[in-house]
Amino acid sequence: MDGLIIGQQCTLCGKCLEVCPFDALELIDGRIQVNANCRLCRLCVKHCPEQAIRLQTSASVVDKSEWRGIMVFGEYGDGQLHPVTIELIGKARELAGKTKMAVSVVLVGHDLGQTADSLLDYGVNTVYVYDDPALATFRVDVYANVLTEIIGEMKPSVVLIGGTSLGRSLAPRVATRFRTGLTADCTQLDIKDNTDLIQIRPAFGGNIMAQIITTRTRPQFATVRYKVMDSAVKTVRTGKVISRSIPSDLLKSRLEVVRIEKKDALPSITEADVLVVAGQGVRSKDDLVLIRQLADRLGGQIASTRPMVEKGWLDYTRQIGLSGRTVKPKLIITCGVSGAIQFCACMNAADLIIAINRDPAAPIFRIAHYGIVGDLYNVIPKLIQRIEGSAQYAI
Amino acid sequence: MNILVCIKQVPGTTKVEIDPANGVLRRDGIASKMNPYDLYALETALTIREQHDGLVSVITMGPPQAEAIIREAYMMGADQGFLLTDRRFAGSDVLATSYTLSQGIRTIGSFDLIICGKQTTDGDTAQVGAAIAEWLDIPHVTWVRAIRTITERGMTVEKNMAESIETVSIQFPCLITVDKDIYMPRLPSYKKMIETNNRTITSLSLDDLPDQDENHYGLNGSPTQVERIFQPDDSREQVIWDDAMDDGADKLFTVLINEKYIRT
Ligand SMILES: Cc1cc2nc3c(=O)[nH]c(=O)nc-3n(C[C@H](O)[C@H](O)[C@H](O)COP(=O)(O)OP(=O)(O)OC[C@H]3O[C@@H](n4cnc5c(N)ncnc54)[C@H](O)[C@@H]3O)c2cc1C
Ligand SMILES: Nc1ncnc2c1ncn2[C@@H]1O[C@H](COP(=O)(O)O)[C@@H](O)[C@H]1O
Repeated sequence: MDGLIIGQQCTLCGKCLEVCPFDALELIDGRIQVNANCRLCRLCVKHCPEQAIRLQTSASVVDKSEWRGIMVFGEYGDGQLHPVTIELIGKARELAGKTKMAVSVVLVGHDLGQTADSLLDYGVNTVYVYDDPALATFRVDVYANVLTEIIGEMKPSVVLIGGTSLGRSLAPRVATRFRTGLTADCTQLDIKDNTDLIQIRPAFGGNIMAQIITTRTRPQFATVRYKVMDSAVKTVRTGKVISRSIPSDLLKSRLEVVRIEKKDALPSITEADVLVVAGQGVRSKDDLVLIRQLADRLGGQIASTRPMVEKGWLDYTRQIGLSGRTVKPKLIITCGVSGAIQFCACMNAADLIIAINRDPAAPIFRIAHYGIVGDLYNVIPKLIQRIEGSAQYAI
Repeated sequence: MNILVCIKQVPGTTKVEIDPANGVLRRDGIASKMNPYDLYALETALTIREQHDGLVSVITMGPPQAEAIIREAYMMGADQGFLLTDRRFAGSDVLATSYTLSQGIRTIGSFDLIICGKQTTDGDTAQVGAAIAEWLDIPHVTWVRAIRTITERGMTVEKNMAESIETVSIQFPCLITVDKDIYMPRLPSYKKMIETNNRTITSLSLDDLPDQDENHYGLNGSPTQVERIFQPDDSREQVIWDDAMDDGADKLFTVLINEKYIRT
């Protein structure tokens, strides 16, 4: 059987127990034994002073040269292409360049219009299109059938799927059908000369990064987090669009989408990815419109400090802080907020903190990643103007 | 109704650090606990049982100590528990974990509904649930945030998507993964602890499973390998600009583009 082998040289020094990150080694019956927690990270192999631990593998390896190309799942819904698709294409082109492979996109849906053709602008070699009324809404079993069919035929080495709610429901089903590896929610990707994909992803809630490879099987599935890869840039069109269909049997589902409602209620401040916070530097209730506009342009929500709620300018549900809510958005921009401890303690886990305050000594600058010492009444209108002047703003 | 909940034991904290001296994870005796998201899965099962009768079983794959979370599930009200434990399961990734669980599930019976948490706090993949459904060839819905109706033949649920709420009907047998906050998990009860003190936990090893091929489990059955682990680089340099030159907005604009909050 494959696994860690603990050899005769073992002196029971316990070093391996100490270095194992997964609690996978135990001292039982006077010898070191490996339990089901083992993730084969091989740290014990590396750290054993007696070199008593080795890794034995016997599994068979697929012929990697039979699997060529990088395939991107084109996520389409609600009449438009999900922007993560363009990010995946950008990454796919980079990986393809390093290994001399081609990039294809599989587009699945109904009434797709010019979408497939427009993808050729991004240097995609082939776009495979499945356009069928039965594919109009996402039903995981049917979409899995479609992807399985095209992957089985085209044999790509790598399949990239957006790490969206749709992608993370779909990818495991298809990867399982191919009995192959799937690495979830990757934030960095690279590729080795032998076409092994280097997949880096956060674990333990982002406190640890893991580098993962799929060495013996193909294709290599990865879901990729939205908004971490750079979007593909437009280039000369050389690719083509190919329409495909699959047998109607494979379009039958055990799921029925009864209704799709746009989320009417905006996400609460605890769920929002982007927050723009109004503090007492905002001088009147009417001026809140500035903060709201900036939040809108960034696809975010307005939030506030406690005094703003006490004045009745904003609802209590918008208050960040010890007597309000704790938030952990991807981006938070504080405007005219001093940064009292009761406030900071409940937002300092945000991925990116930007502060605008005219007092350089304001404590908020101690935790901000980017700070602007300036008047919010000057900075914010200009910023809004710049965003509106750019072609398209974020969603 | 026959309901099965998949639960996993995870480290008590995610605040793990890597020792810069030797590049290994620091784990100063971190205790283990039930994956917090699985509490919602269990609560969902218990709530359904209250309304529709039936049996709530729990299953976990892990080392023998994982028994502790089955005890905890008993204290919350689960009826029976199964522990899949075997050294040959060591090194399982998503594919092997979901396969082993699916083999265990086939061994212990048939279920109308299987419920998983939306993700674990250690592996963090959110993929094991859907993969189990594929192995068992049953439909699944992820990120269920509410259960609308349940009939003999199936259920209607609300699914949380990024920008919409989808109402989906699904036939039994099926698998759902539930979102946080679907129901508030009840606390383990002392009374139930006393009651279930002697309740058995059924242990299953590879020898008890229908597929006895060792190549399908543990390391052999795991196509992915962790090549290395490292601490994320969160040492963002702090940058403070003075707007005296009136260029603060431009600077921020560039930051927002670089961070992909604005697309041009
Ligand atoms: C028990 C307790 C619980 C609390 N709970 C909370 C809580 O949950 N949430 C909370 O927010 N607070 C809470 N507080 C209050 C907290 O201590 C602060 O009083 C509050 O956070 C300050 O809000 P602020 O930053 O908006 O206002 P201020 O402290 O008045 O800061 C305003 C800032 O705006 C700047 N400014 C002014 N004009 C401009 C301009 N034109 N351009 C740019 N900058 C400008 C100023 O330099 C100043 O730094 C709590 C306090 C206690 C004692
Ligand atoms: N070892 C395991 N034993 C039982 N259930 C598990 C195990 N690993 C994952 N699960 C289930 O799958 C869900 C998703 O896990 P993950 O894909 O690791 O994020 C969890 O919330 C559990 O319900």
